[in-house]
Amino acid sequence: MDPIHQFQIKNLLSFGTIGGHEIAFTNSAVFMLITLGVITLLMIGATSARGLVPSRVQSLAELSYEFIAGTLRSTAGSEGMKFFPLVFSLFMFILAANLIGLIPYMFTVTSHIIITASLALLVFVTVLVYGFAKHGLHFFRLFVPSGIPKAMLLLVTPIEVLSFLSRPISHSVRLFANMLAGHITLKVFAGFVAMLGSLGFLGWLGAVLPLGLTVALTALELLVAVLQAYVFAILTCIYLNDAIHPGH
Amino acid sequence: MGDDARGKSGRDHPSADEAVLSARLRDLGKRLGRHHPDRPSDSEPGQRPTADTSAIARGFRLSTELVAGVLVGAAIGWLIDRWAGTAPLGMVVFLLLGFAAGVLNVMRAAGVVRANTLDPPRR
Repeated sequence: MDPIHQFQIKNLLSFGTIGGHEIAFTNSAVFMLITLGVITLLMIGATSARGLVPSRVQSLAELSYEFIAGTLRSTAGSEGMKFFPLVFSLFMFILAANLIGLIPYMFTVTSHIIITASLALLVFVTVLVYGFAKHGLHFFRLFVPSGIPKAMLLLVTPIEVLSFLSRPISHSVRLFANMLAGHITLKVFAGFVAMLGSLGFLGWLGAVLPLGLTVALTALELLVAVLQAYVFAILTCIYLNDAIHPGH
Repeated sequence: MGDDARGKSGRDHPSADEAVLSARLRDLGKRLGRHHPDRPSDSEPGQRPTADTSAIARGFRLSTELVAGVLVGAAIGWLIDRWAGTAPLGMVVFLLLGFAAGVLNVMRAAGVVRANTLDPPRR
């Protein structure tokens, strides 16, 4: 009945300790592998029988390609297409992980901040490395807005730097908190059904309400799962756009 | 406004009526764009019309942007105080700067101010 219980990490296979930390194969890792397996199967299945008239699986894969490619082109320009593999992998991984987590008894990989933070930091470091590699010190002009008096720059530049540094935090917290809150809400309302049901006939009547809410919330969570994967992908595109065109 | 145009074209020419209407909408959009060049127009992705449920997501996004800015400011202020021993000056200054950065993040996320790029992304 504990709504937090679903997020517990369990060690399935221990590889010993490194520096006092146990290195183990956890249930989270299992579900990451399942996520990867699902995506791989989908993509291989989609491209094995390539037809001019696509089959259902093929058109699913083509739609997801077109969707991400369109988003990337419209936010980061056609130069951004060199980052297509990164954005597409991130989108598919988060989408598949979110959707798999919605199935009862499944573990939600993206409900742990360590996972979302590593993904967000991956994007952040990519932006930094590519930005400095392509533009050198000109990349710092990202922090200097144009058309501002010299005296104001002393104040505005630190604000811009802080705003830039806060990106990986909001990027990762958004996905993590959405998944965590959604799954806890679902569990709490589902728990009400069981609790009321144990009260007898009147309880059964009362349990109809939380049961309906659980069904509605599941639909909402399905939307949130897709939406958050999309939001993560589009923010990645926007941040990559800064690395490609740092402005001025 | 525009009652005469609608009356003349009548009900038997709905397509002409719609053409007039869409031309007026385009014209209005252009004039609005002239008045607020800083504001991204409605057709841009940042301003995509949202359903009721994704309004929650939008509100959530804005709040995380603000909190992230304040958190980063606090963390940097704390680190500077620790290294330079300037407590509590670094914390005070950077918490305020972080708050400003958070507000800037929120305004950018809401599309009130345009992101800091001269070279606008091609749509």
